[in-house]
Amino acid sequence: MADPTAPLWMLSSSPHAHEGSSVRRIMIDVLIALLPAFAVAVAVFGLDAIRLVTVCVASCLLAEFGARKLMGRNAGIDDFSAAVTGVLLAFNLPPALPTWMAVLGSVFAIVVVKQLFGGIGYNIFNPALCARVFLLISFPVAMTTWAPWDAVTTATPLGAWKTAWAAGAAPAHFAATYPLGSLFLGNQLGSLGEVSELALLLGGLYLLARRVIYWEIPVFYLATVAGFAAILYAIDPVTNLSPLYHLATGGLFLGAFFMATDMVTSPVTRVGQMVYGVGLGLLTLVIRRWGGYPEGVSFAILILNAFSPLIDKFIQPRTFGHAKKKPA
Amino acid sequence: MKTIKAPFKLPNTLHLHYHKEATAALALEVMPAPAVVQIPMSQHLGAPSRPIVARGDSVGLGQPIAEPVGAVSAWAHASVSGVVKSIGEGLSTSGRPTTFIELENDGLDRPGSTLQPRPDWASADGKSLIPLIAAAGIVGMGGAGFPTHIKISPPAGRIIDTLIVNGAECEPFLTADQRLMMEKADLIWNGIQILRHILGGPRIRVAIEDDKPEAIRAMEKAMARADGDVEIVSLPAAYPMGAEKQLILSVLGREIPSGGLPADVGALVENVATCAAVYEAIVLGQPVTQRVVTVTGPLIRRPANILARIGTTLADLIAFCGGLTGQSGKLICGGPMMGVAQIGADVPMGKTTSGLLALPRESVRLFDSMPCISCNRCVRACPMSLLPCTITSAVEADQLETVEALHTLDCIECGCCSYVCPSRRPMVQLMRQGKARVQLARRQKQEQEKAKGKQG
Amino acid sequence: MLNTLLVPVLVIGLAGFLCGLLLAIAARFLHVFEDPRIEKVTSLLPGANCGGCGYAGCADYARAIVEKGAPPNLCRPCSAAGARDIAALLGVEAKAAEKMVALVLCNGGDVRSRRSFLYNGLAECVSADMLSGGGKTCRYGCLGYGNCARVCPVGAIQTGAHNLAVVDPGRCISCGLCVKACPRNLIRLVPASHSVHILCRNRDRGVMTRKACDVGCIACQKCVKAATGQGLHMEGNLAVVDYTLPLSPELVGVCPQKTIHQRPAGPLP
Repeated sequence: MADPTAPLWMLSSSPHAHEGSSVRRIMIDVLIALLPAFAVAVAVFGLDAIRLVTVCVASCLLAEFGARKLMGRNAGIDDFSAAVTGVLLAFNLPPALPTWMAVLGSVFAIVVVKQLFGGIGYNIFNPALCARVFLLISFPVAMTTWAPWDAVTTATPLGAWKTAWAAGAAPAHFAATYPLGSLFLGNQLGSLGEVSELALLLGGLYLLARRVIYWEIPVFYLATVAGFAAILYAIDPVTNLSPLYHLATGGLFLGAFFMATDMVTSPVTRVGQMVYGVGLGLLTLVIRRWGGYPEGVSFAILILNAFSPLIDKFIQPRTFGHAKKKPA
Repeated sequence: MKTIKAPFKLPNTLHLHYHKEATAALALEVMPAPAVVQIPMSQHLGAPSRPIVARGDSVGLGQPIAEPVGAVSAWAHASVSGVVKSIGEGLSTSGRPTTFIELENDGLDRPGSTLQPRPDWASADGKSLIPLIAAAGIVGMGGAGFPTHIKISPPAGRIIDTLIVNGAECEPFLTADQRLMMEKADLIWNGIQILRHILGGPRIRVAIEDDKPEAIRAMEKAMARADGDVEIVSLPAAYPMGAEKQLILSVLGREIPSGGLPADVGALVENVATCAAVYEAIVLGQPVTQRVVTVTGPLIRRPANILARIGTTLADLIAFCGGLTGQSGKLICGGPMMGVAQIGADVPMGKTTSGLLALPRESVRLFDSMPCISCNRCVRACPMSLLPCTITSAVEADQLETVEALHTLDCIECGCCSYVCPSRRPMVQLMRQGKARVQLARRQKQEQEKAKGKQG
Repeated sequence: MLNTLLVPVLVIGLAGFLCGLLLAIAARFLHVFEDPRIEKVTSLLPGANCGGCGYAGCADYARAIVEKGAPPNLCRPCSAAGARDIAALLGVEAKAAEKMVALVLCNGGDVRSRRSFLYNGLAECVSADMLSGGGKTCRYGCLGYGNCARVCPVGAIQTGAHNLAVVDPGRCISCGLCVKACPRNLIRLVPASHSVHILCRNRDRGVMTRKACDVGCIACQKCVKAATGQGLHMEGNLAVVDYTLPLSPELVGVCPQKTIHQRPAGPLP
């Protein structure tokens, strides 16, 4: 025992095996899953897409590095979580946004929303979405100017519907202006990453296959939106959009697959995630239909973020061998 | 007799990398008894046994050398014949300090067993056989080491209607039970019949994972002409299928209440190796002096399933298997999910040592964890439906009330949460710490109340 | 114009008044009588809320003193004078409690006590102790992961560079929290006046102890003989100080293992 030349065995707690996953691998998977949507963004918006994504990722990584260094934490950025935040933020910005605003948003996301709350794992709100809302409130015009490159500013499909609805005119010709199939493929105006539902769906399926996300949140979110929209449409098909349009427009797919499933800010139990998805769907549609903004995904997710600790507190699985649920 | 599929599904299980191919096809080898064995006094759950021999005493093979102390304890026997060299102290394979009786082997295997063989057990009163099982020092050989004679004497009012024989062996790397079933199925079946006789004829369910078809076939053959309500249950290969609570749920659909025993739901689980030991004790009059150990892992030159004497040091096992192929990394008794890392190779194996796993240094992952990112993989993996991420965060934050309220004491330490954690957090260690601290706080509170009661 | 200003002011003012009225009524009718002495006793207590007395903080202890007649000298951080004041306030007799300080009964840091394997896990004593003793060969000695230091309300415990907990007797308020925190029961409260200590709890035989540590008690009994059994005794393979009689500092030189120390005893460099 006391022989100094004897080999030292490593002592650690069981289990001594690991499946091999890591936070970095998860983040890389998310980045891979965002590639199709990025490709569509480049195809639709050209250099602006590359500019915004590069700027956001670079400034998020720098901000993470700087903030961690200043706070005396291990300054590692090799988990790529900041890069994911950067890409997601860029995907939530209109393509023509000035570079400096994107930088500001990135720094806000990383420093204020993430690191000030304790860094990865401790933030209460989704950093990218918080930064988007921060920019939306600070620079409402820049954040809702969609296509200045051809000098004809058009609205997003949801924005067009909202304007028409507010003006009292029924969006009767909506379907003619925006064919459903082309909306789904990406032929619409909007933030960088939200234009093509197809590309986002591909990425989402990849994440599901890789078990980075689970089906509960996206399925319950999309199903609730569709179901609620169907009820509204059935009541009054003149002033309400059909459920398919609700699914195919705006940031719903981006939100459902990439933002609402953010692990840190969503509930941890299966049933909790279902409740979360339903809550998101209801809130999104309420904001879209009755709220002041044309799109409600960001706000719905941020509001439900705040509720997810509460959901976790009250919805707990029944422990093996215990009679009934008992919230702690 | 028929073979059925597991009738009930478990809520959460994992599919691991099993690594059983290294030893699954290797027949049992008998390892010659080493020159020196050290018999640990704690190879079972409960109070350590007390040595009843002194230094210099001559002992025979199978002679009792330590007696049980208290209600839950077991006999220990000499696994070689020879002389008591010393009685010393050290760490057992479970990492706890214990007393050892060191025996110098004279190589004669002079018989010293005091057990009376009872080949006529079928005509004997079942209850009269229980003391024989106690005297043979039989404990749960699957890993827990609970003394078998206590297990098969259910508390008053509890009726055992089903005996589940555990051949699941869900731990990766280990093939000891699998080989035992393939090669000694008759032995096991005879042991099962003795246990059935003692328990008054309950139903028999032999549970084997379906990734061991040869073992199922061997048991089917041995049990072909079995009478009564006997079935082989083919379980889906998943972890932790072999854990007592999960096994009972999967086979019977009954859930042991928190803090309860299998007897509370009318079930009894015995490992296949235990059944074989029962046969050897009752019919042959042999106490537990040897067991099957799988010695494997990337660091072992010649992995093998070996029949080794109790008290053989890990170093002797490794030497028998051709030694190590590289720099020492981690030495584990048991499987990689619930096994205990050893402080060195001079620790002797006990009755519960079903495997010895040597991992090279380069494959040993260093403790380097990140904060929990609430990915909920542990929640989806926990077979007890706990919230490991919430519990471990509460342990780190010293919130003992939360830890207790989240049923941390129900944790079976199966390791699923650690296995899937992408942040590589030491989940099981945190759960254990939480359990230890909750129990400590409870004890201190009780003592305080007792002291206050005295004052008042 | 006037209305736009006046109405909100009135509404807010009225609401405030109503709330105030409600509070006043509540305070009058829902008032719980509390012995005024509780507050006085609380103010005499140090307010560290260390819990060393066995109650959930100073206010709880004060209530116990006044209402349940708990002895006023349980508060170790209190000076003797403080306990006297409390006793005088309540008109009971104060038994002066001797000033106690916590002492870690191990002096085997990494330099002198061997580690026989690499521990790779939580840097926390309870966890390490459950895992074959956290790498330390000696299964009685200080693990050095600082559970005691973390619970100390006044920061009197340092684990230092050699992974050995050391209490600063000057800062210690003898609350006893570290005593409860140590999974190896290495810490005990000893009279502050006592200056000679045996810093070891290893109960193994001398041979084993020597293998594990350079400064462990090997049960040679030289100290017990030198002191002719006065003030210290053997407990199996371990010499233990009684703390009833003062010990001669000469014992420090008697111990061949340098296990006996005179305070203040810190870790050797």
